[in-house]
Amino acid sequence: MADVKLTNVKKIYSNNVEVLRDINLDIKQGEFIVFVGPSGCGKSTLLRMISGLEEISAGTLEIDGVVVNDVPPALRGIAMVFQSYALYPHMTVYDNMAFSLQIAKTSKADIDQQVRKAADMLQLTPYLDRLPKALSGGQRQRVAIGRAIVRRPKVFLFDEPLSNLDAALRVATRMEIANLKDSMPDSTMIYVTHDQVEAMTLADRIVLLSGGDIEQVGSPLELYEHPANVFVAKFIGSPAMNIVPCRIEQTGAQTLVSLSASTSIQTPIVTESSEQAKPAFFGIRPEDLVVVSAEQESLFSGEVSFVESLGEATLLYVKIPGADDMVIAKQAGTLSIKRGDNVYLSAPAEKMHLFDENEQSYLRKG
Amino acid sequence: MGQLASALVTMILGVMGCAAYFYGSNFLLDKIFPTKSGAAAVVARNLRVANNIRPWLFLGPAVLLLTFYLFYPVIDSIRLSFYGRSGEEFVGLANYKWLFGSDEFYESFRNNMLWLIVVPTAATFFGLIIATMTDRIWWGNIAKSLIFMPMAISFVGASVIWKFIYDFRTGGEDQIGLLNALVVFFGGEPQTWLTIPIWNNFFLMVILIWIQTGFAMVILSAALRGIPDETIEAAVLDGANGFQIFYKIMVPQIWGTIAVVWTTITILVLKVFDIVLAMTNAQWGTQVLANQMFSWMFNGGGDFGRGAVIALVIMVLVIPIMVWNIRRANAEMEGR
Amino acid sequence: MITSSKRTPLTFLVHATVLFLVIIWTIPTAGLFISSIRDKNQLSTSGWWTALSTSEQRHVARAHEPKAQVQEGDRFVIRGNLFEGSAGEITKFGSSSLRPDEFDVGTVAELKKGETLQVLENGDYAFSSPVPWKGSRGDRIFYTAEVPPRFTLENYREVLNSEGLGKSFINSLTVTIPATIIPILVAAFAAYALAWMRFPGRALLVAAVVGLLVVPLQMSLIPLLKTYNLIGDFFGVGSKTYVGIWLAHTGFGLPLAIYLLRNYIVGLPREIIESARVDGASDFDIFRKIVLPLSFPALASFAIFQFLWVWNDLLIAMVFLGNDADHIVLTGQLRELLGSRGGNWEILTASAFITIIIPLCVFFGLQRYLVRGLLAGSVK
Repeated sequence: MADVKLTNVKKIYSNNVEVLRDINLDIKQGEFIVFVGPSGCGKSTLLRMISGLEEISAGTLEIDGVVVNDVPPALRGIAMVFQSYALYPHMTVYDNMAFSLQIAKTSKADIDQQVRKAADMLQLTPYLDRLPKALSGGQRQRVAIGRAIVRRPKVFLFDEPLSNLDAALRVATRMEIANLKDSMPDSTMIYVTHDQVEAMTLADRIVLLSGGDIEQVGSPLELYEHPANVFVAKFIGSPAMNIVPCRIEQTGAQTLVSLSASTSIQTPIVTESSEQAKPAFFGIRPEDLVVVSAEQESLFSGEVSFVESLGEATLLYVKIPGADDMVIAKQAGTLSIKRGDNVYLSAPAEKMHLFDENEQSYLRKG
Repeated sequence: MGQLASALVTMILGVMGCAAYFYGSNFLLDKIFPTKSGAAAVVARNLRVANNIRPWLFLGPAVLLLTFYLFYPVIDSIRLSFYGRSGEEFVGLANYKWLFGSDEFYESFRNNMLWLIVVPTAATFFGLIIATMTDRIWWGNIAKSLIFMPMAISFVGASVIWKFIYDFRTGGEDQIGLLNALVVFFGGEPQTWLTIPIWNNFFLMVILIWIQTGFAMVILSAALRGIPDETIEAAVLDGANGFQIFYKIMVPQIWGTIAVVWTTITILVLKVFDIVLAMTNAQWGTQVLANQMFSWMFNGGGDFGRGAVIALVIMVLVIPIMVWNIRRANAEMEGR
Repeated sequence: MITSSKRTPLTFLVHATVLFLVIIWTIPTAGLFISSIRDKNQLSTSGWWTALSTSEQRHVARAHEPKAQVQEGDRFVIRGNLFEGSAGEITKFGSSSLRPDEFDVGTVAELKKGETLQVLENGDYAFSSPVPWKGSRGDRIFYTAEVPPRFTLENYREVLNSEGLGKSFINSLTVTIPATIIPILVAAFAAYALAWMRFPGRALLVAAVVGLLVVPLQMSLIPLLKTYNLIGDFFGVGSKTYVGIWLAHTGFGLPLAIYLLRNYIVGLPREIIESARVDGASDFDIFRKIVLPLSFPALASFAIFQFLWVWNDLLIAMVFLGNDADHIVLTGQLRELLGSRGGNWEILTASAFITIIIPLCVFFGLQRYLVRGLLAGSVK
């Protein structure tokens, strides 16, 4: 039983800057939730409010059905892993892990047993007598995790725990965290990151924040396949989804949009007749675009202004009529297409996205 | 030895007392407002109350001491400046009239101005030069250490050292003071340096410059090392020579630090009285404000009113620097 | 830095200039030290830079009393040695203060009434007279001697014992140690509160500390002296006590202590402190178990500062501590000596060296911390 429930939670700083507006969120026991978003979106503040390090300006936070707004961090049943590890530099690995238990006046034998168990789990046993400065980055990160484990918290909080590691170590540690989750299926974990790959690979559900609001909550694939708005569409996936302004020409079970005088696209998206003639945004992911020959049916064509060969894939930057930004098409392998070539691009109908003038997805409506 | 033992006991008692205060007050606070367990609402209330009280437990002794030893005296000095020698009868502006009418005040004020111009300038200048040069030689750290050393010597100790250098022997005797020995060696007449009007002030200033150059050097050296190498390398590529690099690239980048060094030494200069007291006892026209204040405090049973007026003059001279410091600190706090 | 300028005339100039400045800066202290271990007669007649060479000294000694005379043939002779054990080489001698170098060494000087005096290089002398010597005192012999350099600790022995410096040394220690430790403790708590606790008026307090940093001590002296007199009268203990000066030094040292420590403590990583908070530590726990151990370098810096400042202080000691033997500190004693023994350089140099030796040891031993503290306290 360790549900976390946020109801109308707000954070307003003393200078009246509102960093979080009306956050409502239900986190079930055992879930792995990832808060993701660009820097300054409020994701870390939200985590710190759950931890108790930051005061909640309005709304309620419940852990296990108890309102904990005014409960000090140590009594909330949470543990936190910090971005910089925050190990106590003057204490050995053992003392670092034992610190919270010592504060709680746990008996020496219990402390020893729990610390050794956690150390064993994280392969830290040989390093128990070392100071943090004698450890590698990955080992320090494991100590930080171990420090959280020994407290046997109901909720684990991770604040960008991998961002201080180099790329290779990041992948390894990501897998360790995934394993950790598997070994503790009853623990709720809340994880903050700005890295969408971490979010996609670790999360049961992703909470995507931007500018103090929740943009969308859902499983990684939901967010990828059915982004609720342009922001989510562009944030998840790399390179970002192509968004081209258009006009709705025809509504109904199939919507016809025009990108320019010469280009119009038939989409399988349902729209109400009231949407007729309104401006909208057409979206298609670069990896869903396919280069076709001139004779085949295509969505649009244009001149290639730039080619990036990555080896396993090739990125084509195509200038198409009616769009200010270039459309990116990601093709597997290497291609013989050069700058200045004219290409025809096509995509499966079910991969198309359409957003209204307020950048909200039409798929979600009705 | 008995004294040392009793000092040791008092010392341990004092330190233990301090520690006991901090431990005890925190323990009491935790006992009265327990926050480790109990009903959530009670804990929350206790926590709020405790969090409002605890900073003042931590700050209490410091605030009391600062108030008693620095804040209250400043206020009381202002009050005393309007009172007579024992500090009991109100005399209005009489002390101020006396001060601005006394020749001694003008002498010490003039001397203080000389000190204020010469000492910070010279110490900062030498400090900068030495810092720049020692950064380039392999034995720079040893050189710095030796030049920094006078910093550890008391003003009285330094006065003895330099009085020995200025020593004068009459007649045909060998000069045992280094300065006169040098003068004689180059064919000059030995002098009683400390009695030559006006110039004797400079011989006293030399002592403070000797002490403070090390301080300026250490700080400026760190600032110089903080200058990005790229800017110097760029200047080298642009064809600047060593002196141009120094004056046009390096010095402008450490103006802030130079100002800090300068003001720090300035404040010190205003407070210096030991050197004058020990070297000349303010004779031969070497009086300065701090020493004058000290004299009035004790001479002939002391005149607290006049002493306080002189102290106020020193305070007024310090105020601009104080304001500047506070502004700087505030800007820095907001930057955090 | 500019590595291309190796082995150029400019580099040579830099080396030479720095060497020159270093010599200027160290020579005063070196002169003091060398003088303090020289023989006091040599010290007062020749510069310390000649300490290693033989010096020519004029002395006067008294021959043995007449009762030491022995009859040799028809003459009565008094024999003895002018040096009485110490070394030297006599070049000239005389029997009158008007002409102390009348005779060359070795000659037999004809004095009045048929008396003769002979002085040899090694100091042996012989007074000879045709009639027995009378009276109770021996005659004076003036001589000029080449004395080899002599180094001694006599000066130190003298100042430590008869000039009361030994006692002052202990007084200084009694003042300095508590006056260093108490402010550290008080300031560390305050610095933590100002750095990491949230309460109204914090910014104001920080500004006040910065402001008090430069308040001249002179401002405090008169009001405090009055208050001390009142308190002293009330308890009937006199106003000049060790406790009084400890607290005075604590009060005056606090602004710098708080400023220095706060700057350091506020720079500790926020996450470490928050982590401890999540781990259940109270502010008191965090201070004791996390902040204090991590602030050791800053604490050491301030301790050195305060130690040097208190040890070297003259003003506060003169105002708040008496001048009697039980209270006078080294700096005060040295100043008294400058007044009363102004010409006795053997006493002044040895005394001065005793007052500066402890700070110098602290300085050279802990220079690293001192520099770090200076930087934290100024460059901001």
